[in-house]
Amino acid sequence: MGQTFVEKVLAKKAGLDRAGPGQIVEVAPDVALSHDNAASIYSTFQKMGGKRVVDPKMIVIILDHATPAPTTKHAENHRIVRELVKEQSIDHFYDVGRGVCHQVLVEEGLALPGELVLGSDSHTPHAGVMGGCGVGIGRGEMASIWALGTLWLRVPETLKITVNGCLPKGVTSKDLALKLIGDLGADGALYMSVELHGEGIETLTISERAVLPNMMAEMGAKCSYIPPDQKTFDYLKGRAKRAYKPVYPDPDAEYIRIAEFDASSMEPMVACPHTVDHVRPLSEVAGTPINQAFLGTCTNGRLEDLKAAAQVIKGRQVAKGIRFIVIPASSEIYLKALQAGYIQAFIEAGAVVESPGCGPCMGNHMGVPAIGEVSISTANRNFKGRMGTKESEIYLANPVVVAASAVAGEIIHPKDLGS
Amino acid sequence: MKEKSILRGRVWKYGDDVNTDVIFPGKYTYTVNEPSEMAQYALEDLDPRFAKEVKPDDIIVAGKNWGCGSSREQAAICLKESGVGAIIAKSFGRIHYRNCLNAALPALICPEAVDVIEDKEIIEIDLKRGELRCAAGSFSFPPLPEIVWEIFDAGGLIPYTRKRLESSRD
Repeated sequence: MGQTFVEKVLAKKAGLDRAGPGQIVEVAPDVALSHDNAASIYSTFQKMGGKRVVDPKMIVIILDHATPAPTTKHAENHRIVRELVKEQSIDHFYDVGRGVCHQVLVEEGLALPGELVLGSDSHTPHAGVMGGCGVGIGRGEMASIWALGTLWLRVPETLKITVNGCLPKGVTSKDLALKLIGDLGADGALYMSVELHGEGIETLTISERAVLPNMMAEMGAKCSYIPPDQKTFDYLKGRAKRAYKPVYPDPDAEYIRIAEFDASSMEPMVACPHTVDHVRPLSEVAGTPINQAFLGTCTNGRLEDLKAAAQVIKGRQVAKGIRFIVIPASSEIYLKALQAGYIQAFIEAGAVVESPGCGPCMGNHMGVPAIGEVSISTANRNFKGRMGTKESEIYLANPVVVAASAVAGEIIHPKDLGS
Repeated sequence: MKEKSILRGRVWKYGDDVNTDVIFPGKYTYTVNEPSEMAQYALEDLDPRFAKEVKPDDIIVAGKNWGCGSSREQAAICLKESGVGAIIAKSFGRIHYRNCLNAALPALICPEAVDVIEDKEIIEIDLKRGELRCAAGSFSFPPLPEIVWEIFDAGGLIPYTRKRLESSRD
């Protein structure tokens, strides 16, 4: 019997020939990723009796959650992180302003095909865009990895999703991700590895692909995987921090479930309050008034997203009384967007452009909603209270719908904006 | 401290897909750092009575996908610090599931029992035998993996790692 992607990677990292679903293995990750929570991890590491981290090269820390620090308390937290980075000789440290950790990990060539990334953040499956195995873990577990270099994992079952056909023009990978989550449910991949195959995935750019493994976390997935191909290898040229070896599932691998979708029949989708699987076609929610539009995050804050949104907003104005918050997912993207004129287009339209990081995604700062307000966002999560107050509503949509909604003051598709 | 293997407590019953943002709100994740302080915010956005009225050994009984969403460990810690003895659910968000076990807070999957247990009834759980007794009858649940028992016996992931670090230095 063949093996799935995750079975092969976990077996390799555990030093075994093979591993099957349900098996508990002790693995040594290639990357141990954390962000602002590294300060808390360090405190736990010390409580564990840790003195020197077992492998500083394994550790990656990217400050992104509340950056630059909005309060003294957050600033103290960042100070502790900078001190521990120095003390423990951690080279892979990226300070405030570099960007959202999942995007930066990819840009820095630290999320590599066939490798295992354990991250103290629930969107760690994002690494699957490069054909890596990204698994989200808790802070205490990260502290234990810093101390021991290993962690126990249960080998998950695998859900195989095949997307046939290509997305129609005007329909994005965000719409595809929302469609999958809406159909399969918030627990549709609970504790599973999700492999994404088919023409509908292969034809996407790397930037478009990234949305999918990122959002599979919203179906409960442990990790997600897109088979690396020439696009992946081209992207990694000059970026990869080390040699890598792609891992592919066997043709006769055993899956717990196989689901097929037809991309060609898809339409723009919106996740409605207050769960990510509360998904409806855009046409059914169009006209819903909004107070704020947010373009950014690890899900949809990349250059192609900013470009598409800038094309919508160019020559138009953000509606009176509406805030349009734009946050590039990384400094690399910010600079390219600046050079390409996208940032200028946003500012001329009346948008607020802020420094790379998570921004208001989880309600920390940089544009949280007021009580009773409605936001439309390109983020990956719309839970009650997510953006700061539980008395507000969050709709999730693709970048062009978010930009168009900022112009109209209500949820709308760009084609309906008029001139 | 060894974890108790027989648990007896009063039930707080909740529904499906309860996420970690309502178990421990995100706005506190970087400002409330002491475990003992976390208990007062437990389930703040789901059930404001909980933090005020929860008693030691109380048991949370929930539907499917309890603890989905953010990986925040505080969602497990705030419940442990509240004195919660165990969580029984139809299924768990996987990171929260691990966070609970690593906090030596038993997280048990027993869908049949969830359907029949009533809010506020007293139930009994035998962790070692994988048995649950409630007014509607007895149920069994799959035993926890060996390594989880080692973590429980050490009193959680922190003491477990400390023990392993110490033995590796010997």
